[in-house]
Amino acid sequence: MKVWIAFWNILVKDFRAYYLKPPNISWGLIFPLAWTGMFFIRSGAGLESVPALLPGVIAVSVLFGTTSLLSVTVTFEKKGRSFERLLLAPIPLELLMLAKTSGAILFGIANAFVPVIMAAFLMDLSSVNWLTLVPAIVLIAISSTFLGLFIAVSVSEVFEAQTFSNFFRFPMLFLCGLFFPIGQIPIWLRPLSYALPLTYGADVLHGSIHRSPHLPLLLDFGLLLAFCAVLFVLSLRNIQRKWIA
Amino acid sequence: MTASDVTTIEVRSLAKRFGDVQAVAGIDFDVRKGELFGFLGPNGAGKSTTINMLIGLARPDAGAIRIAGIDCSKNPKAAQHLMGVVPDESNLYPELTGFDNLSFCGSLYGMAKRDREERARELLDHFGLTKAGNRKFGGYSKGMKRKLTIAAGIIQSPRILFMDEPTTGIDVASARQIRQLIADLNSNGTTIFLTTHYIEEAQRLCQRIAFIVKGKIVRIDTVEDLMRRTDGRYVVQFAISSGAADLCESIVAEFPNLQCQAVADGQIRVESPEPVRVGPLVRLLEDRGAEVSEARKVRPSLEDVFVEITGIEAGAMKQEKEKAGMGGKA
Repeated sequence: MKVWIAFWNILVKDFRAYYLKPPNISWGLIFPLAWTGMFFIRSGAGLESVPALLPGVIAVSVLFGTTSLLSVTVTFEKKGRSFERLLLAPIPLELLMLAKTSGAILFGIANAFVPVIMAAFLMDLSSVNWLTLVPAIVLIAISSTFLGLFIAVSVSEVFEAQTFSNFFRFPMLFLCGLFFPIGQIPIWLRPLSYALPLTYGADVLHGSIHRSPHLPLLLDFGLLLAFCAVLFVLSLRNIQRKWIA
Repeated sequence: MTASDVTTIEVRSLAKRFGDVQAVAGIDFDVRKGELFGFLGPNGAGKSTTINMLIGLARPDAGAIRIAGIDCSKNPKAAQHLMGVVPDESNLYPELTGFDNLSFCGSLYGMAKRDREERARELLDHFGLTKAGNRKFGGYSKGMKRKLTIAAGIIQSPRILFMDEPTTGIDVASARQIRQLIADLNSNGTTIFLTTHYIEEAQRLCQRIAFIVKGKIVRIDTVEDLMRRTDGRYVVQFAISSGAADLCESIVAEFPNLQCQAVADGQIRVESPEPVRVGPLVRLLEDRGAEVSEARKVRPSLEDVFVEITGIEAGAMKQEKEKAGMGGKA
């Protein structure tokens, strides 16, 4: 019971200190808005292009929202040594890091619904399979957050966290099948596509909105869960190795 | 068996290496329940590495640590539940208020909201920070930050408190206040492990002291026993116009039973196993053209003992004080 007091307060503290700050709220709203507008204008098509764009914009919003904030906040706290306070708390490291990442996961999920709400005004969402869309958004948010954690544990400066994040994010965006179907990607790049968690998240998003998934949904969800577990375990091992050395 | 006979911290053959540097080289010591134990040494001696291993922020390469009987290598989180930590830097959250920082730190130890808020108010009051409690920590002065960091370290009323250089880099008045707070905490029964490179601070506060140099403990003793080494030593310090080093040579040549040292610009220190006769020395100095403005008897300090035991010049520790600021100046 007592460890959950710590868990809840770490989550609340992160929301108050980082996620509910006006610049982050506005960034969380403006970023998906800008992406939607950009793709909408670029497509040159009418409102019929919105369903095709929606999975990509959802994924981009979650990916950038979670990785940016988590990697920066953890690096910032590590550099200011306030992260040591958390490491000294008598709660298991796994639970501590889950508490630390929960804020970013919730922030990412909230980010994902900005384009969904916008799309509700432009298209008919009645055909969307919410039973697969919502879990997919949650799993994309978790895997992206854990990717952010993995990045945060690998760097020591805030600017390195941003640079290193982009090293993962941009290739992931163009290789995960969101904007180009994986079938159109050169064959030698396809193994890389299948090594990215977002590929499976994007597949479920496409399946939920267009009813045309490339892979079986169970496989997509299973692999997303596996990516979450691997990234979390790797991050914990890195924390043990580098920060409690 | 009295409370002070019970060992609270037990360290055996503790070692830690960083690359080519043996930071801690197989040290052994015990800290008794309710004791204020000083861990004294120059920068780079291994103080912070030792404290990091004790609190669970670093893993020893070898050796064993037991905190209140708990084997820290097997159950570090159980040991962390008993301890409070005041790190060498004020590492609270700049964007939270003083009150919220304390309440958050209490929550990390599972304290219920009402309990931790009540305790936070009590601590803010005790540390004279009630008015600043609603201000963001980032806007505090260095002394206020240090006090709030100490308050955060004791929010959960720990049985054992680790303090790493608590008065480094802060002003004299705040350092004095913090020393009093440390003494009060100890008198209330908290076992305190204090690392410092301020020798006077350790002398004033601690019951026992360990001297650590280059990762090895060179001596552990009570302050009284350490100071006993200075019994039968008489020291007189002269303030002179100039040429301290040359004058020291003249003094030793004329009075072979005296030891003389130029301790600072225009200051010489004369030491003897017998009471020092000041008159002949002043005459000698004046004959050599020096103007003596002051001659005063100095009580040998723990610093002298430290220099004698470790072979480290007092000047080296003083340089560190200057680098760190004047906070530790007594």
